[in-house]
Order: sequence, then structure tokens, then C-alpha cells
Amino acid sequence: MLFRDPDFRYGLKKGVPIALGYAPVAFTFGILAVSGGIPPSLAVLISLTNLTSAGQFAGTKLIIAGAPLFEIALTTLVINIRYLLMSFALSQKLLPNTSMLKRALISFGITDETFALAALEKDDISFSYMVGLICLPYWGWALGTALGAMVFSVLPGLVQNAMGIALYAMFIALIVPGGKKSRAVLAIVAIAVTISSLFTWVPGLKQVSAGWSTIIATLAACLAGAVFFPREEV
Amino acid sequence: MSRILAAVFLMAVVTYIPRALPMTFIKKRLTSSFIRSFLYYVPYAALAAMTFPAILYSTGDLTSALIGMGVALVLAFYEKGLLIVALGAIAAVFFSQILL
Repeated sequence: MLFRDPDFRYGLKKGVPIALGYAPVAFTFGILAVSGGIPPSLAVLISLTNLTSAGQFAGTKLIIAGAPLFEIALTTLVINIRYLLMSFALSQKLLPNTSMLKRALISFGITDETFALAALEKDDISFSYMVGLICLPYWGWALGTALGAMVFSVLPGLVQNAMGIALYAMFIALIVPGGKKSRAVLAIVAIAVTISSLFTWVPGLKQVSAGWSTIIATLAACLAGAVFFPREEV
Repeated sequence: MSRILAAVFLMAVVTYIPRALPMTFIKKRLTSSFIRSFLYYVPYAALAAMTFPAILYSTGDLTSALIGMGVALVLAFYEKGLLIVALGAIAAVFFSQILL
């Protein structure tokens, strides 16, 4: 039984802060979708089937703008290409005897945050751990969207603005403890941040979309890490 | 309506595919220490690239974003956990927008 499985329970516990952190962001998504004319039920359907922040925000903005389907699909795909790297990294962390069906199932729940927590675990991870980890963030994401869609006009703009920072603050909470312990991690973070800043502010490079700039910055920083700070025990 | 549904379906597919392909089909453990080191750094690099400088534009004005980021960095340095860091940053942004 899944509920008796200690891995599942451990994953569930690890998912609590992610779920709570998702709620305000999903809330903002619900507001964005409904204020753009998308029915609340569809906004929740987007969260249930996509379960991703940047990709579904961008895709939904394009739906509202009346963009062609091809453009919507391509933009969302480019933003989500980074998951290839995350999924690849997790494939090396998942117990090797996990079946393909189970792998296909839990890969649906890979997000920036569930990935980060799973990848930063000390030991190998199991199917039931991943199911536990994904469970609450999934429902937090859907529930937050539903709430946002329902109360979108009531909330003052200032609170909406303030919640925009929630995901980034969670990213910082995930990065900083690792950077404290390892100079290599600090260097990798510095390289990644420098490259993504170049793509944001340097004329010419600015044309590159956020999806590609994340991928290029990640590849370059990890490549530098593997060359200059190879890890002995991994 | 059906156009929106079609768009949602397409978005779900192109979100799932990159998540699923490597994890579903790469069952073998790679032994190359180069690749393993590379993958070890992926969470840090990806999260860092996504956070900065995007965080500066996440609240509507630069000052409150900088204050929120500062609060998040300090709370994270003392390893306060995901939720406290997120709530602390939200509160910092909220109050700096009211007061400044």
C-alpha cells in the first residue's frame, strides 16, 4: 500500500512547502486567466494538465491574445525544453529497476521545484517517493488556480504584485544553502546568473527568448562545472 | 471555446514530452564522471538562471523587487525553508510598495 510506504510519506512531507509556495503563484495564474476572458473551469483545466509555471503563463497569455495554435505550442515547448535536462538528471537518480510505465507516470510531475528537491536528495529516489513529492504540489497548484479564478476581482493590485516574487524566492531558498557549502556551486550559480543577465540586457542577445536563454545558461554553467569542478564521489 | 481547448491540449503535450522522454527511456546509469558532475550542477544552474534577473521584474517595480530579493537571500542564508523564504519575500515586497 502506497500510504504505508515510508518513501511515499517522506515525499509527501517534502512536498508540503512546495504546495504552499505554489498556492499564491497559482492564485495569480487564476487571476490572469480569468481577467483575460478564460472561463474559471478552463483555467483550472490548464493547471491540472500543464502543471508548470512559466510555460502555462506564457501559453495562456498567447491564448488571450488570440495567437495561432502553432505559435502557442512552439512558445510553450521552448520554455519547457529545460525539463529535458531535469528529466535526464533524475533518470540517473531514480532506482534503476523502476518500470517504464512508472517512469512515464511520475515524469508528469517534474517541475522546477519537485525536480530540485528530488535532485538534491542524498540517496537514490524511488517511484513512491516521487508520487508523494508530487501529490500535494499538484493539488496546491490546481486549488490555488481555482481560488484565484473565483476571487480575481476582489484582490487589491498590491497583493497581486507582491505574490509575483513567490516562485523566485523559493528558487533562492533552494540555491543558497548549496552555495554556502560548496565553492563550486557558488561558481556555477555566478556563471548561470551572468549569462542570463547578458541575455536580458545586452542588445542583440535580448532577442533570445527566456526559454532558450535558460537552457543556454544552464548548459554553459554545468559544462564549466564538469570541466573545472569535477566531482569525485558521484 | 474549442480553440482554447485545442490550445490547452497542445500546451499539455509539449510540456509533458520534454519531461518524460529522458526519464522514461534512459534506464541505464551513466558512469562517466563528466556527465555525472554536469548533471549534479543542473538544479543550481537552472534555478539560478531562471531567478536572476527575472526576479527584478516580478513585482512591477525595481525597488520592491530588490528589497524582496534581499530578504529572500538573507532568510535562505539562514536556511529558513521554502515557505518562510517565500512568505518573507512577499511580505517585504508588499510593505515596501505601501511605504515607499
